[in-house]
Amino acid sequence: MNWHTLLFYLFALMSCGFAIAVVASSNVVRMAFFLIVSLASTAGLFFLAGAHFVGAMQIMIYVGGTLVLLIFGVMLTAHAAFVSMVTKSSDWVLAAVFGGALLGLLALTAFSVEDWRVARGDQAAVTSSEGEFASSIGQALMGMRVDRLSEGNSQLEAGMSGYLLPFEIIAIHLLVVLIGAAYLARTKRRVGSVTEGVQ
Amino acid sequence: MSFLTDPVGVSHFLLVGAVMFVCGVVCMATKRNGLGVLMGIELVLNGANINFVAFGSKYLRSESLGLDGQLIALFVIVLAAAEAAVALAIALNFYNNHATIDVDRADELKG
Repeated sequence: MNWHTLLFYLFALMSCGFAIAVVASSNVVRMAFFLIVSLASTAGLFFLAGAHFVGAMQIMIYVGGTLVLLIFGVMLTAHAAFVSMVTKSSDWVLAAVFGGALLGLLALTAFSVEDWRVARGDQAAVTSSEGEFASSIGQALMGMRVDRLSEGNSQLEAGMSGYLLPFEIIAIHLLVVLIGAAYLARTKRRVGSVTEGVQ
Repeated sequence: MSFLTDPVGVSHFLLVGAVMFVCGVVCMATKRNGLGVLMGIELVLNGANINFVAFGSKYLRSESLGLDGQLIALFVIVLAAAEAAVALAIALNFYNNHATIDVDRADELKG
């Protein structure tokens, strides 16, 4: 019994199945719940791939932050007419044809490379003590790539300088975005335009 | 049932990512509720994240992206949070001004 493979199929089935449920459901409250389960199962897939820190962040930021934000949006706009909006069946047919074609293309591409199809032979010899922990990720964000100290190719050494600049950019970006979102979301309900909009 | 005992490769992760990506695209295209469109965007970004993490995993390939894959996945998660905040603010503004969340009604700029 290979527990890694078994758990992979369990989490893969859950994340794919609930992602399909998000598409198939027309009730926006149920969609939000299905999305939570799907993204949480994806965190399980991250753990199985050895990305412990990313899996933890997936649960904390995505499931704990972003989706709570989305659920607040659902609750704030939960007018009876908007909770369940039915899509036209002609739209469904178009989307199914286009989505099926895209999925077929992506699946063919995923299984076309021989090296990707099989796992590495010495999988049992790989241990997580080789520096896949939060400290090496933190040092990479500070500009030190402790995992690539022994880069043999001297031309590649210039690219091993870490992620300090993207980290700073994304920090400022997040600050600006949150200020902008708070500014945009201020309640300035224009009574006249609301009655116009209803008609 | 050999597929249940064989170790999984990168392709299996890529297939899961592809299913989530396609679900997100279909969700964005078919949902009439503006918040449903936002959920589709979250699914698309998550499908991309699965691919980054799979290519960065050294359990699956000996020649992996290493930490690069995980760091890019972290950046994508932060960008998704920022995008959700702004898009939700825009959706609430739209709801306040037009008293509807139906994206088909957002046609004021239509030529």
